[in-house]
Amino acid sequence: MDTTTLTKNTEAVSTQPVKVSARDVKVFYGAKRALHGVNVDVYKNEVLALIGPSGCGKSTFLRTLNRMNDTIDICRVEGKILLDGQDIYDPKLDVVQLRARVGMVFQKPNPFPKSIYDNIIYGPKLHGLATRKDEFDEIVERSLKRAGLWNEVKDRLQEPGTGLSGGQQQRLCIARAVAVSPEVILMDEPCSALDPIATAHIEELIDELRESFTIAIVTHNMQQAARVSQRTAFFHLGDLVEVGNTEEIFTNPRDERTQGYITGRYG
Amino acid sequence: MSATFTVGLLLLLSLIGYVMGRSRAVTVAGGSIATLHSVPNYYGSFVALWAGLPALVLVLVWMALRGPVMDWLVLDGLNAQQIESWARVMLPPNDLQNLLSNIADETAALTETHRQLLLINIKNLAAGQALYVNPAVVDAIQPAADHLRNLRGLSDWTLFGAVAALSGGALAFCWSRINPDFRARNNVERVVTWLLILSSTIAIFTTIGIVLSLLFESIRFFTKVPVTEFLFGLHWSPQTAIRADQVGSSGSFGAIPLFTGTMLVAVIAMVVAAPVGLMSAIYLSEYAPKRVRSLVKPVLEILAGVPTVVYGFFAILTVAPFIRDIGTAMGLNVSSQSALAAGVVMGVMIVPFVSSLADDVINAVPQALRDGSLGLGATKSETIKQVVLPAALPGIVGAMLLAASRAIGETMIVVMAAGLQANLTLNPLDSVTTVTVQIKSILVGDQEFDSAKTLSVFALGLVLFAVTLVLNVVALRIVQKYREKYD
Repeated sequence: MDTTTLTKNTEAVSTQPVKVSARDVKVFYGAKRALHGVNVDVYKNEVLALIGPSGCGKSTFLRTLNRMNDTIDICRVEGKILLDGQDIYDPKLDVVQLRARVGMVFQKPNPFPKSIYDNIIYGPKLHGLATRKDEFDEIVERSLKRAGLWNEVKDRLQEPGTGLSGGQQQRLCIARAVAVSPEVILMDEPCSALDPIATAHIEELIDELRESFTIAIVTHNMQQAARVSQRTAFFHLGDLVEVGNTEEIFTNPRDERTQGYITGRYG
Repeated sequence: MSATFTVGLLLLLSLIGYVMGRSRAVTVAGGSIATLHSVPNYYGSFVALWAGLPALVLVLVWMALRGPVMDWLVLDGLNAQQIESWARVMLPPNDLQNLLSNIADETAALTETHRQLLLINIKNLAAGQALYVNPAVVDAIQPAADHLRNLRGLSDWTLFGAVAALSGGALAFCWSRINPDFRARNNVERVVTWLLILSSTIAIFTTIGIVLSLLFESIRFFTKVPVTEFLFGLHWSPQTAIRADQVGSSGSFGAIPLFTGTMLVAVIAMVVAAPVGLMSAIYLSEYAPKRVRSLVKPVLEILAGVPTVVYGFFAILTVAPFIRDIGTAMGLNVSSQSALAAGVVMGVMIVPFVSSLADDVINAVPQALRDGSLGLGATKSETIKQVVLPAALPGIVGAMLLAASRAIGETMIVVMAAGLQANLTLNPLDSVTTVTVQIKSILVGDQEFDSAKTLSVFALGLVLFAVTLVLNVVALRIVQKYREKYD
């Protein structure tokens, strides 16, 4: 199983260097194994979509990439995850620094109960990326512009972020993640709580962000995976079944299970 | 025929009503229960409720009115001669003179106190306790006692008859109305709804009653002592002369020293409880492993269950001497009943209160916010300081206010550990007194009810009630507003 997935991986070659590389990643919740040895590479400046039926382990895998699983007591991770060749589960590695390099956007928009401005500068302030007011102003403007939110909120930066609409909140969260200048952005079903128009907005945004960041996105929506990603990984019952160019996965899947899922036979 | 028997009859009729109603429903259904509008039990309950409740109301009303009506009838039956011979023995000379001067008016001549005394004599006699050495008294009121005994018997029998008729009649009527289309379930549920409404209003009416009694007695107090003097006066010394010829202080009712004393103790308590409670809440909800949490939280809640009187003697026997010793060693003059000792112990008492409430509030902060912060590379403590606590702040403030109102109203600890002397001071090492302590010490012991001293208790109670009410309302509003945001 492991070797076959590896060969499939290498088939989908990108011209870009590998940014994140997972080798034989196993995740346990207590005695229960949620992931059975996942091997996958994420290339620089690409969007990798993680798809699969509920409970297949795609979100779990995503959260291992910036060690968000650390917050769950009973969760244990085995295997190696390399970020630019460096093992992120190395005990010597500072998890705080890792998360500054690998940002995350969550399923439900979760702006802090602070002003829009304070939401954006939260991360930069923690990491000392700026000290002067004009530097912060610049970060806020740049991040909000990148998230396509600047024009909508530039006159009300001091209003609470929780007062925005759902789609705006999610873009605020993306802006907040972008503000720390991470290298990788993880998105866990970022559009599942949004309406179609807000979703279209975010999908466009993801495509633009690809130029500067490496993105891994978990999604339930196969059209979305097809629209935003260059490569797609299909998970099933804790196994990474297949990974390859998105077009190929959707038009010509190798595995029967992938085919069953994308044609809607189960999921 | 005692009232107990009547109530027994009522219950019995209710039970019979249930059985009869149910069986009739089954009968009219003719073998197919499904044709009934409601299941048979509802028909039984319907008959039972209507057989029981109206008659029960009758019993309660009867019981409430019986006493006053019979008193009036008995006294009305006495003639002037009987009252006079009773008064000659029982009343002091001055009162007797008063009475005799307008005895022609029979009972109207009696003052309220004398009326009560006379009634007690009659009731005792009717109960067979002939305690009076003087046969003249017995002779005078014997007819009245007999009258009372007759009235009682009559009342009981009438009630029994009325209940039997009302309950039985209702039973028969409801029973006759049962047919398959009759909506027994709706009827029963409506009655039950009214019962629920009634129960919930009892608490409300009790509160209103207490507030009104506080208010009216306070108004009486304020006719004797001006409101401004009470609220803004700086001297509290409630001793008043009981008789005109008595040498004593005239009494002064400036409550500011009590208010400052109360505030001083409450503030000390909060200074202890707020940081300790909040920090233990943060530890419990954010850092503690599950096992520690499941152990520590119940223990903290046990602390909340320690009777306040136990805290009281802990304060006076352990903490107060300890503080005084330390103070003396440092060359300070510490009162043996210092505000500090009372406040510190009270603070310990409300620690579990604060920590339990704050813990709930912190736990209610959505995990998504913590994840968001951690995902941006914040450490745990940064997340707590900058995201969790600000998000929980309204709830924490609410918890603090509730704790403060608890501290202000707390009585037992300060009664034991704080002083009685109303000193106007902010020095925590001095002895101060609190509103609750004064209320307690004024009401303990014999008092004339009309005196300004006794009535001042109601004014103090009113102020206390107003302050804690405002604190509670504000706190609950804050907590509620906060909850709406995240649910």
